[in-house]
Amino acid sequence: MATDPSASIALRVNGKDVEGRAEARTLLVDFLRDTLRLTGTHIGCDTSQCGACVVHLDGVAVKSCTVLAVQAAGREVRTIEGLADADGSLHPMQEAFRQHHGLQCGFCTPGMVMTAIELAQSAEPLTPEHVREGLEGNICRCTGYHNIVQAVLAGAAAMRQ
Amino acid sequence: MAANSHGKTNGSTRWVGTRPVRPDGVDKVTGRARFGADVHLPNMLVGKVLRSPHAHARIHSIDTSAALALPGVKTVVTRDDFNDLPSEFVPAGEMLINYRDVVRNVMAREKALFEGHPVAAVAAVSEKVAREALARIKVDYEVLPHVLDVVEAMAPEAPLLHEDLITAGVEPAPTTPSNVAKVVEFKLGDVEAGFAEADIVIEREFSTQPVHQGYIEPHACIANYSEDGQAELWCTTQGHFVVRGHCAKLLGMDVSKLRVTASEIGGGFGGKTVVYLEPVALMLSRKSGQPVKMTMSREEVFQASGPAAGTRVWAKVGMTNAGRITAGEAVLKYQAGAFQGSPVQPGCMCAFAPYDLAHVKVVGYDVVVNRPKVAAYRAPGAPQSEFAVESIIDELAKRIGMDPVELRLKNAAKEGTKAAYGPTFGPVGLVETLEEAKAHDHYRTPLKPGQGRGVASGFWFNIGGETCATLNLGEDGTIALVAGTPDIGGSRASLCLQAAETLGVDVERIRPLIGDTSTLGYTFLTGGSRTAFASGMAVIEAARDMIRQLCERAAKIWDIPVDAVEWIDGEARPAGSNAGEFEPLSLADLARLAGKSGGPFVGRAQINAQGAGPSFGTHIVDVDVDRETGRVTIERYTVIQDAGKAVHPSYVEGQLQGGAVQGIGWALNEEYIYDDKGRLQNPGFLDYRIPVCSDVPMIDTVIVEVPNPTHPYGVRGVGETPIVPPMAAIANAVEGALGLRFTDLPMSPPRVLKALGDARVPKAA
Ligand code: FES
Ligand code: FES
Repeated sequence: MATDPSASIALRVNGKDVEGRAEARTLLVDFLRDTLRLTGTHIGCDTSQCGACVVHLDGVAVKSCTVLAVQAAGREVRTIEGLADADGSLHPMQEAFRQHHGLQCGFCTPGMVMTAIELAQSAEPLTPEHVREGLEGNICRCTGYHNIVQAVLAGAAAMRQ
Repeated sequence: MAANSHGKTNGSTRWVGTRPVRPDGVDKVTGRARFGADVHLPNMLVGKVLRSPHAHARIHSIDTSAALALPGVKTVVTRDDFNDLPSEFVPAGEMLINYRDVVRNVMAREKALFEGHPVAAVAAVSEKVAREALARIKVDYEVLPHVLDVVEAMAPEAPLLHEDLITAGVEPAPTTPSNVAKVVEFKLGDVEAGFAEADIVIEREFSTQPVHQGYIEPHACIANYSEDGQAELWCTTQGHFVVRGHCAKLLGMDVSKLRVTASEIGGGFGGKTVVYLEPVALMLSRKSGQPVKMTMSREEVFQASGPAAGTRVWAKVGMTNAGRITAGEAVLKYQAGAFQGSPVQPGCMCAFAPYDLAHVKVVGYDVVVNRPKVAAYRAPGAPQSEFAVESIIDELAKRIGMDPVELRLKNAAKEGTKAAYGPTFGPVGLVETLEEAKAHDHYRTPLKPGQGRGVASGFWFNIGGETCATLNLGEDGTIALVAGTPDIGGSRASLCLQAAETLGVDVERIRPLIGDTSTLGYTFLTGGSRTAFASGMAVIEAARDMIRQLCERAAKIWDIPVDAVEWIDGEARPAGSNAGEFEPLSLADLARLAGKSGGPFVGRAQINAQGAGPSFGTHIVDVDVDRETGRVTIERYTVIQDAGKAVHPSYVEGQLQGGAVQGIGWALNEEYIYDDKGRLQNPGFLDYRIPVCSDVPMIDTVIVEVPNPTHPYGVRGVGETPIVPPMAAIANAVEGALGLRFTDLPMSPPRVLKALGDARVPKAA
């Protein structure tokens, strides 16, 4: 076999320092899923449309299928697995999705929650219109978005408290 | 069952009809839930599929030697690895499949029949190596003329997909092959006589495009075949027992040697009822001796899975001036894709089902074309035929100046109506949904200038089928509920509620899980809106079985006859004063005493659920049309549907909302675009545009409850029907806004603009 074209990268994921090997072309989403085994970040498309892969990179919501793993080196990544408190209590946005039935199959949910948290932090107060526009890059095929919009509004309100 | 006073509908329920937070909610919001692609095994290989670049081509030879020579490639499979299978039809969801075709759909044999058709597959140490290997496989194709359109495919000179396909359902049988696999016909009364009674007859031609189910989770599986000929398969599916059956057949295994576990499923809507990757992964694992994981890209999902059938429908409806519909007739031509088995039969069955008609005739054609084999998609076949009929009904109402809800009420199917497809309806809720529509604030609110309002009704028959369930009582009085139907939209919650109701215990005490194929008896898949109904019935039976055991045990402990014990509110009590004076024994008490008093308690049920309740719904929609861009905006949307009994109303509402929005996509945007070589031009979410959050408004819902008499709590299925009415409702609304009737879907901006332009020309002339 050819020599290993991968290199080691170091970054912070969910508050912990991690290291792993990645090739120059390895996507962050594949690094998270295959190398770190953080499979809560999902892959739903090949063209950066679905938003199932959204994570926070230095606090900003990004589609992790559009970022190379090496671009995340030395930076801070937060995934759906890193939202709950150490004592196990859910982030208010996670709790809101659960309470407001903001999911059916739940495949879009991690990306929705990560996008929604950023949205809740960026605009105040959130209106249903903000939410609908803010979630344009996250596709859900199950819910028709109704309960997702309710969940995001409730989660944003809870985050402000 | 004298011991059981529960499990009967007496109007009041403690758990059924409540809205607890779902049992899998935490796993789904924390990323802990494991979907099809979320499992890693030691030594795991990556499997990848080589797909045909041609829509129709004879495969002369496949040379895999260069691929096999690549370091890191462990094995390759082609058609030579799968035995041919004889023609044999078996049910799959609401559709029928034929193993001769399944083996060919999974891996092309004589010919590639659509772009994306699998031709070979490799297993390698990494995805990169697997891709390189695919590029080294040499396939000698002879490209053949192809056909995509259903009407062209029916023409005598059309290229033949299957040289041995003789149309079934015609007498005498044709002597030459064609692309028409089957002709079906449903008849009631005498349509000629019916049309003779009519004052107004409208006939129109309609077309719909294939649309994909669009589940966000692509197909994925992991197969692990061991040296002793046993195998494990983990996959995202609506029915792991069905997957087991298909895979065992294709691999020549005993079903008992194949254990299939259903992962959490990221949407299916009917599209995950068939096998694509699973038999290939098993074969790669068998040949390599290592676990193999396979996932589809979104492009592969579009090219080679799903979709719903594209159709041409001709329909004709007659009516008196007083608004009595006298006859309905339709001819349905459905694309099956590369292999026979379109849902044209259910399309025929549903076409006129919302109406109480004396004279109906529907003929359906199942036609093969060079596209991916269609798969079920919510109420398969019904949206296309009902789009046609519900559009004409609207036009008829306008002709006589009658309110379209009123016209439907006048002719609505109800208890006692004989449907053209055979049955006479028991209690059904169409009239109730129409009455709710008429009274709804939405229907009474005046439209803004330029807007249009449309209504349409829809029908799906719903199914039952083979189903098992187990309740295992733990020593602390909590219960593990094991079902065999993958939970696609919250069914675990609804099964727990039905078990809690029957047992009279707190729902929090019941922990549901979906058992693998070795833990339960054969259980048919999640589809046809059967899970809350059929798995619900099985869970209720299992709960009754457990109650019987609990009462027997209490009788033994108290040393009284078993019929002197009754089960009330989750505890065994002496039945009346004659039975004796004993402190009640609760479920938890009996669980604690189980070991000492005779052993554990397991409630079981294995049923073939019959008597699914047909489901009707009525939708109201307001649209605005941008005359400059041709864009149709949904301003307001209301879904009204009969659920029989909503076990968990939030999940019923979720089904109604989700189905309606899928219907909005079908009506306004979604379609496959092919080039002249038969290659799909839009295999991604960028150009195949499914509704995003900002495309749709809140979807109001009204749940009507006309109980299904065969289910103890009155449950009907709810998941299928909501996708049936939207296309016609929206077309009717657009007609209201523009005065133009669209008979071809989707009503996308270019088509709307063109229609507006065409309409202007004669005016100017
Ligand atoms: S997987 Fe990243 S947007 Fe779809
Ligand atoms: S809940 Fe299934 S895709 Fe959103």
